[in-house]
Amino acid sequence: MTQLLLKDYTATSCVGHGRLATLDALRAKRGGLAPCAFERAQIDTWTGEVSDVDDERLTQTLGRFDCRNNRLAQLALRQDGFTDSVAQSVGRWGRRRIGVFLGTSTSGILQTELAYRRRDPATDALPADFDYGGTQNSFSVADFVRQALGLDGPAVVICSACSSSAKVFGSARRMMDADLIDAAVVGGVDSLCLTTLYGFHALQLTSNGPCKPFDSGRDGISISEAAAFALLERVPNSLDSDAVMLLGVGESSDAYHMSSPHPEGLGARAAMLAALDFAGLEPGDIDYINLHGTGTLSNDSSESRAVASVFGSSVGGSSTKGATGHALGAAGALEAVICSLALQHEFAPAGINTRSLDPALGIQYLVENRPGRISRVLSNSFGFGGTNCSLLLGRAG
Amino acid sequence: MVKLAAHIEGIGLLGPGLDGWTGSVALLEGRSPYIRQPTVVPIPDGLPPAERRRIGLVVKLALGVGLQAISKAGVEPDALPAVFASSGGDGENCHEICQALSHDERMISPTRFHNSVHNAAAGYWSIATRSKAASNALCAFDWSFAAGLLEAVTQVAVDQTRVLLVAYDAPYPQPLYAKRPIPGPFGVAFVLAPVSTAPPAQAGAGGSVGSIARLTVQLGDSPADRMSNTDLESLRASIPAARSLPLLHLLAVRKNGVVNIEYLDGRSLAVEVETCA
Repeated sequence: MTQLLLKDYTATSCVGHGRLATLDALRAKRGGLAPCAFERAQIDTWTGEVSDVDDERLTQTLGRFDCRNNRLAQLALRQDGFTDSVAQSVGRWGRRRIGVFLGTSTSGILQTELAYRRRDPATDALPADFDYGGTQNSFSVADFVRQALGLDGPAVVICSACSSSAKVFGSARRMMDADLIDAAVVGGVDSLCLTTLYGFHALQLTSNGPCKPFDSGRDGISISEAAAFALLERVPNSLDSDAVMLLGVGESSDAYHMSSPHPEGLGARAAMLAALDFAGLEPGDIDYINLHGTGTLSNDSSESRAVASVFGSSVGGSSTKGATGHALGAAGALEAVICSLALQHEFAPAGINTRSLDPALGIQYLVENRPGRISRVLSNSFGFGGTNCSLLLGRAG
Repeated sequence: MVKLAAHIEGIGLLGPGLDGWTGSVALLEGRSPYIRQPTVVPIPDGLPPAERRRIGLVVKLALGVGLQAISKAGVEPDALPAVFASSGGDGENCHEICQALSHDERMISPTRFHNSVHNAAAGYWSIATRSKAASNALCAFDWSFAAGLLEAVTQVAVDQTRVLLVAYDAPYPQPLYAKRPIPGPFGVAFVLAPVSTAPPAQAGAGGSVGSIARLTVQLGDSPADRMSNTDLESLRASIPAARSLPLLHLLAVRKNGVVNIEYLDGRSLAVEVETCA
């Protein structure tokens, strides 16, 4: 496949707003999870809430998009000069030649949950100020972002649960190869809501404390929220050696179960092999794996089998969800940003909260940051419905 | 530049008064009258009994048109990449969850939760057909059909692979219906291939019919085409997946031409249709 340049990127999660805060947290092995205090949720779990989302105000002309998910999107877009980078691309390519490909799992459903509390007691009607298309609909975040950035190219939301914002890289790559666009804003935005908190709780998949991926005592996920974006362009003739490129995308389906991964990790294995194949690389070419690593018994066990079957125990990997929590539909893009920071700042980030590594999971799991240049990294994202996506990112030199 | 072209090998269709592609050709041509009838959604084959009990109308609709399309095309689904495009997913399930969360108890069932993901149809499709190929689940609000068609044709043209496109929408119950009035379930599916396939010399019943038409897609600014039949136009305008009707009309009358399908604000997808003899 054609390689693409990550011309700019940014992320905002519970560990901080923007790249520097994210990098600092990773280097200091600092997490952002805290006991759940979201909304009316009464669940004994920890969550990763992003600070200051409630204070974000959307510009008046985009007021119909006002909801937590789009506030989080705007907060993230404001970091790191990302909006300026997009404006430069608009100047170069034109607003019609830049696409928007975003992932989310629940979009602005929180707005609907709140509106259901405010139904008219006599008629059951939702309040007049509730805007379905601007908030609840899955497309809302892409519509908001394209208008906020003044873009007029193809726009779509990929909504495949926890693989959503990894798969957006694949769609953008194809449209770039088809010459429909010259640049793409890709990313993921997912925000806390009662649907996911109570839903994962009903499935008994939420941890009582901060999640502990790959620990023998792991007991579930810590739900979080995040927004992460990357600006993709074709690779120019000359590049800085620390430029980050998308080298491969691998996608597959489990064909197994709606909410449990294949126990042997067959779908995960197929996605990783497809990403390597696309990039024309061998397992030995990979220096670090950012694992999906949700911290559930079944995910980490199935993913370990898949990783071991492709890489043995020779490649170090970690799940950064111990620090960021599981940002669901935003996890793929958030972890692509974390991988980009690792490539540019020359270290493999540790997984935190993991005290007693599960000996049954035969992979090389990093519990300390490992300094040193890494050239190529793989990032895994898997979701409900058995949807799998692996991204392969690398340095230019 | 890659020419964004794909060959249709099979079509699936279910909607109010529309029962399968073959059964709908005459009324799309205008040879028989449109009769308003609720959408008849079959129970899909292939799912294990536990999964079959868990699925709602929306998943049955998506699987129903998808299975029709692959059957018409005579292709095996197990290695067929798929693109699922829907504006709202499972509205009934969404209502039940929001209703439950509005109470103090806030209990939702595990099945309701995993059915709430927008890619539920893609997941059940993969289980029912044992397809381990990649699938995508897209949303672009009212423009979800055009977005799905663009994604599917791009996959076909760039990756030179056969792709199944399934676009589907179903109503929300009240009170969401008042905010998002989709009047009935509508699903459409196409098997799209990178190259033309000739009909086999002796096609068996239900076997491959070869390419039906070649589609070439580009972004445009023309106003969306409408249906001359007022009932069909009403479906087109009110159900995102039914934005496909002008394309289905051109395919039914087997004429070459261009249809403009609504895409994003004021833009369109211009689809050139060349019928295959």
